[in-house]
Amino acid sequence: METVLAILTGTMVAGSVFLMLSKNLVRFIFGLVLASNAVNLLIFAAGRLETSRPPLIPQDATHAAVAVANSLPQALILTAIVIGFALLAFIFILFSRTYQTLGTVDTEAMTDAEPFAGEDSAKGRRP
Amino acid sequence: MSSGLAAPIIIPFTTAAIMLLGRRQPNFQHVSSMLAAVLHLATGAWLLYTVHHSGIQVLHVASWSAPFGIALVADHLSSLMVVITGIVYTAVSVYSRADITADHQQRGYYPLLHILVGGISGAFLTGDLFNMYVWFEVMLMASFALLVQGKTRAQLDGGVKYVVINLISTLLFLTGLGLVYGMTGTLNMAHLHIKLRMIGDPGLVAAVAVLFLTAFGIKSGLFPLFFWLPASYHTPPVATSAIFAGLLTKVGVYALIRTFTLIFPFEDNGLRELVLVAAAATMIIGVLGAATRYQVRRILSFHIISQVGYMILGLGLFTPLALAGAVFYMLHHIIVKSNLFLISGLIQRHGGSFELSRVGGLYRSHGWIALLFFIPAFSLAGFPPLSGFWAKMILIRASLEVGQFVLAAVAAVVGLLTVYSMVKIWSEAFWKPHPEGVNERAGGVPPMNAWMLVPIVAMAAMTVLIGLLPGPLYHLARAAADELLEPGAYVYTVIGNMR
Repeated sequence: METVLAILTGTMVAGSVFLMLSKNLVRFIFGLVLASNAVNLLIFAAGRLETSRPPLIPQDATHAAVAVANSLPQALILTAIVIGFALLAFIFILFSRTYQTLGTVDTEAMTDAEPFAGEDSAKGRRP
Repeated sequence: MSSGLAAPIIIPFTTAAIMLLGRRQPNFQHVSSMLAAVLHLATGAWLLYTVHHSGIQVLHVASWSAPFGIALVADHLSSLMVVITGIVYTAVSVYSRADITADHQQRGYYPLLHILVGGISGAFLTGDLFNMYVWFEVMLMASFALLVQGKTRAQLDGGVKYVVINLISTLLFLTGLGLVYGMTGTLNMAHLHIKLRMIGDPGLVAAVAVLFLTAFGIKSGLFPLFFWLPASYHTPPVATSAIFAGLLTKVGVYALIRTFTLIFPFEDNGLRELVLVAAAATMIIGVLGAATRYQVRRILSFHIISQVGYMILGLGLFTPLALAGAVFYMLHHIIVKSNLFLISGLIQRHGGSFELSRVGGLYRSHGWIALLFFIPAFSLAGFPPLSGFWAKMILIRASLEVGQFVLAAVAAVVGLLTVYSMVKIWSEAFWKPHPEGVNERAGGVPPMNAWMLVPIVAMAAMTVLIGLLPGPLYHLARAAADELLEPGAYVYTVIGNMR
């Protein structure tokens, strides 16, 4: 099962790198979503998979006698998902604002912050 | 006693929550921001005092013992970084009164500033790798919002590049963290120090270490991962760019130092050489980039990169003297660089522009700005007896001691090239006559503003003071370096005898 997850994670990362290398910001977002899910999957697999035993121990025991499902990776992933979702919401709004203001989603056409030599930059004009 | 350890984190967040209530009262927001910053600085100083006199302090949050719960740990390095954060925080809070417009203020500048500082303090104090990831995210989120506040074209353009590259760095960090957890089953940094040494396959550990090196290298602006920095740091308001320039990349440097002393101490796997090469390239490329720019804040942004190279050089040399040099350099640099950005605001306000081609004559009209600029600028370049001289000298001496003559030469030459950029700003902004003539701008010259001057004068005074009396600060930096190279005390304090 770990092998399957490892291959799946690798495929997802490969796809996300391909998308993120694009100069189109919309493609970048899709790449980012894919990459963050791939990383979550990686943490999940790294915590070892145990499908049948819940992480419960008898009341008088201090630790589990047999291997049980590891609940910590799930807590980590949950945190990462929440943070990732907030970042994604922000990045969607930022990119849409950028598109409205600069009129392009092509990163190579964005030269307002770093104009070519000889041009003055950062005049701070509002659209 | 050690429960006060969380104070530098709690104070900014509480203030941010209070700030949200006073959106329409700029006076209230500004005054309480200053109070919170001073309080933060005081708790930081108290923490440093405690650590220096009674050793490393640990707080097991909610009494979950390490390595199961999250531990907050303050050693010399952490508490020094918290103190320096407090200094920049206070200076920027004061300066904000003059620099932040009503529009920015109403859009939540002050709450975001406090959240940013809370995140930075958290990253410095945590002893848990996943917790550090969370603080990084808190910090990033606040910095994203601060960076694009105002939504000018340049800000949105710079903001997109900043956000995109930093998110990739975060993902790399998270990947490395997942793999470390998979190998050891723990995320407590002290525990990792023990557990990772038991991993039989050094190649596996080195591969994961490279992930951390890349992730934190992006954050700290290491060559060749720095391109987000000069694209974005010159676009937000001056107060925002000053706190970014002072603190954000240094959180990355702190994380690198912590990771490569505690979690993955350098072994013979080529990583140290990689770090040294990256450090040298960072110094050179940064200073050359600065030489090609003609806008004050863009020049200064490139200098951040070249200066980060010095700190990483100290880490790569990995001797007590070199690490002390790196810590000393970081402390000196944060004060000087934040101050230079604050002064760029004065140049813009009294000279009319950040563009060197459009300002001039400030030496004649505002000689005091020239003096205030002179101190941090030539400290940055390493002129005696200012603080930068000692920082550079320690690092060059450390390189010579281990026979790295090439690196020592690079560090010295980059110092000279820094002078070139500083002289460029000096001659263009201060000496040459104003291109539009001073008389034409008569009536448009704003009066000098005490809110801007006080933090600049205070930080310039600190630069001179460190220059004249480097002993106490070096003593603290050396104590930090000794703790970093002998992590036994740190590990014992956090997790006791447990193996």
